[in-house]
Amino acid sequence: MRAWRWLRENAVMIVGILALLYMLTPIFIIAIFSFNDPTGRYNFEWVGFTTQYWQHPFEITELTSALEVSIRLAFFTAIGATILGTLIAIALVRYQFFGRRAANLLIVIPMATPEVVIGASLLSFFLTLNIFELGFQTLLIAHIMFSVSFVVIVVRSRLIGFDRRLEEAAQDLGANAFTTFRKVTLPLIAPGVVSAALLSFALSIDDFVISNFNSGAEVTFPLYIFGANQRGIPVQVNVIATMLFALTVIAMLFVIIQQRRAEKAGEIRPEEETHEATVPITV
Amino acid sequence: MTSVRQRLVPYWLLAPGLIWLIVFFVIPMYYMGELSLKTGSIDTGYQLTWAFSNYTDAISQYSTQFFRAFYYAGVATLLCLLIGYPLAYAIAFKAGRWKNLMLFAVVAPFFTTYLIRTIAWKTILDDSSPVVSFLKTIHLVPQDGRVLATSAAVIAGLTYNFLPFMVLPLFAALERVDIRLLEAGKDLYASATQTFLRITLPITMPGIVAGVLLTFIPASGDYVNATFLGGTNQAMIGNVIQSKYLVVRDYSEAAALSFTLMAIILVALIVYIKFAGTEALMGDEEEAE
Repeated sequence: MRAWRWLRENAVMIVGILALLYMLTPIFIIAIFSFNDPTGRYNFEWVGFTTQYWQHPFEITELTSALEVSIRLAFFTAIGATILGTLIAIALVRYQFFGRRAANLLIVIPMATPEVVIGASLLSFFLTLNIFELGFQTLLIAHIMFSVSFVVIVVRSRLIGFDRRLEEAAQDLGANAFTTFRKVTLPLIAPGVVSAALLSFALSIDDFVISNFNSGAEVTFPLYIFGANQRGIPVQVNVIATMLFALTVIAMLFVIIQQRRAEKAGEIRPEEETHEATVPITV
Repeated sequence: MTSVRQRLVPYWLLAPGLIWLIVFFVIPMYYMGELSLKTGSIDTGYQLTWAFSNYTDAISQYSTQFFRAFYYAGVATLLCLLIGYPLAYAIAFKAGRWKNLMLFAVVAPFFTTYLIRTIAWKTILDDSSPVVSFLKTIHLVPQDGRVLATSAAVIAGLTYNFLPFMVLPLFAALERVDIRLLEAGKDLYASATQTFLRITLPITMPGIVAGVLLTFIPASGDYVNATFLGGTNQAMIGNVIQSKYLVVRDYSEAAALSFTLMAIILVALIVYIKFAGTEALMGDEEEAE
């Protein structure tokens, strides 16, 4: 009877924890199988423990060069998408103008489109036009395209609830528009911009479907895995995936700690919610 | 004096990004539409012949895969909601100081590549895996049966891969629920079920609407799960589009298929939003007002 009551009171938490286990199991599997010593080409069955592949994670040249392509692509995507998206976010939050509904729509629709359709339409475009050669440049075009919307959303949430009196103060003190932007606006929205850049980096490095359509002969990390699937995925893929996971976790912890510190330092800021300088947004 | 220049400022800010989206999203859609009405092959070239037969052929030939894609995506979305709601509820109301850690666990899958995670499920559901032998012991799977290459495996993979997209908007909606409303319900002698059905559920409806969209749309176009976890009888419409574009290179029919997929999703989206209310579409939008 008591057990039954305990179960009823904690049912939500139990389901929640089971759900989390479901979400985390594959990550554990990936990490565990990076220490496997498979007998054949396929790394699906546990054979024995070895650290051999952790000692030589980069010995497969195709894999390493695919990883390099992915990192380079993600880097340029993050820069491009962050610049384009931040400018859009500023326009949408700060200005009331004709056509903002259309602009909003243009930002939402790519996010509501299945990736396979985005990939297919871009390939149709590149094939018909025949001016872009499929490869790194078409990948970069595609990745910036699908990342921009996410940047807009992230930076916009930071801009809403921004105290515009700080900018007015700067202008009263004789700063011109550009100086105000550089010295006041940018530092204040920087955390949002940095998270947006990290998000677009992550989206780009993880993308498979759209890249699958527009890569030409270029091979990114996910495309390498897809290609290697038939002939057996080398254990090094698990090693690199585990490394990337650990690096991302560390990077995220670093960002969180930085943000906490910045928030503590900025607590003198005047109350943020009370003024209504922000413009209502409608879709 | 500067008013005209001032009025142009937002357009200068928008221009680079929106031009990028127009040139590389809107115009490609147009080209795909045009390609879908052409006839020809890569060897002979394509001519615009307004071949609407591409559509009728494609739809009649691949109606099974269309149906299967929406069926799998629908079941996966429902499962995500059933699993995700208690999880989001637990994080929002029950987790206490574990809240951030649990949220972190929800987004953690994003830190490993989508493909590798899906392939990890292949290990988990492999014929020789402990999970499958357990399922056999409790007779959920017949002794000589397998889990890989079945609809169940594909749906499990889809549910797994899109669960965070359900949990995050649900959590955002649940966190905004004013605890005092729930207390008021209790004070007025509502049972726990009544409080949930008449207060919590209606308030979190926008989160449910957003979560369903964010799960169903990508799931219905997915081909990664069906490729890795399914067999020949689990191909979804995404698999057909992918192989027609990249393997068979039957571009015009492939374009017709993806255009149809997009159209079905847009129509469903419009109906759904009319039904569910627009304010829920963009999560944080209302905060600006």
